[in-house]
Amino acid sequence: MKRREFVKKASLTSFAALLASDIVFGAYMPKGYIPLALQEADPFQLFKKHNEMVLLNDRPWNMEAQAHLLDDRITPNARMFIRNNGLIPEISNVKDWTLIVDGESAASKKTYTLEQLKIKFQQYTYQLTLECGGNGRSEFDPPAKGNQWTVGAIHCAKWTGVRLRDVLNDVGIKSDAIYIGYHSSDVHLSKSKGKEVISRGCPIDKALQDETLLAFQLNDEDIPMVHGYPIRLVVGGYPASASGKWVNRISIRNKIHDGAKMGGDAYRLPCDPVAPGEKVAEENMCIIESMPVKSLITFPKSGAILKNKKSLQIRGHAWAGELEVKRMEYSVDFGSTWNECQLDKPANRLAWQHFNADIQLPGKGYYEIWARATDSSGKSQPMLVPGWNPKGYLNNACHRIAVKVV
Amino acid sequence: MSQDKDFIYLLNKTIYFLLFVFAMTLVLSAMIGYYIYDPNLSAFKSETVLVEVISKNDPDKIENGIHLRTGLVEAEGLMVVVNNCTGCHSSKLIIQNRMNKERWNETIKWMQETQNLWDLGMNQEVIVNYLVNNYPTKKKGRRENLKDVDWYVLEN
Repeated sequence: MKRREFVKKASLTSFAALLASDIVFGAYMPKGYIPLALQEADPFQLFKKHNEMVLLNDRPWNMEAQAHLLDDRITPNARMFIRNNGLIPEISNVKDWTLIVDGESAASKKTYTLEQLKIKFQQYTYQLTLECGGNGRSEFDPPAKGNQWTVGAIHCAKWTGVRLRDVLNDVGIKSDAIYIGYHSSDVHLSKSKGKEVISRGCPIDKALQDETLLAFQLNDEDIPMVHGYPIRLVVGGYPASASGKWVNRISIRNKIHDGAKMGGDAYRLPCDPVAPGEKVAEENMCIIESMPVKSLITFPKSGAILKNKKSLQIRGHAWAGELEVKRMEYSVDFGSTWNECQLDKPANRLAWQHFNADIQLPGKGYYEIWARATDSSGKSQPMLVPGWNPKGYLNNACHRIAVKVV
Repeated sequence: MSQDKDFIYLLNKTIYFLLFVFAMTLVLSAMIGYYIYDPNLSAFKSETVLVEVISKNDPDKIENGIHLRTGLVEAEGLMVVVNNCTGCHSSKLIIQNRMNKERWNETIKWMQETQNLWDLGMNQEVIVNYLVNNYPTKKKGRRENLKDVDWYVLEN
């Protein structure tokens, strides 16, 4: 009943809004444009999301997938998690959209229109893994602050755009450059003008990698509004917050970028490990760079009952931040024994890797299938929740599903 | 050349006119047909719309111990929390989180320093007490059992 009411309200609102704006500004409306007033409507309909996605927050929008929704090799928009820090900006005319490149370590200051970026620089397409730094936060004890992500704040979609490196080189990078920071046009929750919602970035070496893109297409279409239309900085392998949405300015910095959510507890870990719940002084917090090794069983969905059979095929994906996954294993006996999965090479650097295995269960009863990935440096996923930190980042504990043989 | 244009223009106009007449006929016959079938137009007076009107008129409505507009638990301090904490962010963010007094106070300080939250004065204690009493932390240990498993028969 509640749900029906919600949906009804949402569709009425969006219909009314569409009608009004179609008549007046129809020709100028960018594809995927969502008026600010609509940001309280039904997000499933508004953002074209699968109805089994889980809504964590509606102001700002935060929505995650479930493991079984992520079975596709390339994640479609309908199954991509949403993590917004502020309100989606109103973009009235994409032709007026510009990207400024500036900063202490920029040899000049340049402004590009979207069209100029597309024409002037060569375009590249990569499959890139973006995982929210707080994916898995819900498992920390004592509970960590923020949206309580379980396992679904991860996707690997196909991004098309120009290399950030090519654009930065066109502007000119001074030799003292050590970091880049992005600036975006999203609106602060308090609606105060000029207050940046989030302005993060990455070290210059990461910014200059082949796969670091200023993207304008997601899975061969314009990037949906909620994922950063018209331009998103895509920095695969890093916490997804480094991949700024609605980017309008990139600053080349001669110091670590100091924008919103670069300091305090945000996207930072205790430099030295702490006991669960321990207080950490700000100066003892270090910025997260590469995400850790992790994997997800995407088939079957947890809760499978096998009738008159003991064999089961599983599949999923594994990723390792800046590194590659070199081994993938599963266990049906809580880690007493591990068996190798068949593991594919990534489609390109920073893309997740697909795995599968044929499992023979020993007999009737309740089983859990645990998955464990190992990266190219030899690090494996822990079976327990790893080091506690104030904001509950980087929980890469093994994923598991429940199975019964009857 | 301009004759061609004129012709295309005329042709377009005629097509649009015919389409318009056709569409209007369709709409009218549908409306009449529906009126004959359901003279009370009951499908347009659905119960859900009524609910919407009530909840809009009464933002403080409470049902089964839950404040309907925000989903927060009814208890001492509820409206202080609603008025101070749900202006900027959704109540869903509150309901998801579980912290002790010290950490809620730190979170409030963080919101004041970075998120434009105002001085809460005497209300801060009321708010923090409401949060720790109604949304208490629970022990999870290093790894919980799998819970809420939705069992189904896997074919093939």
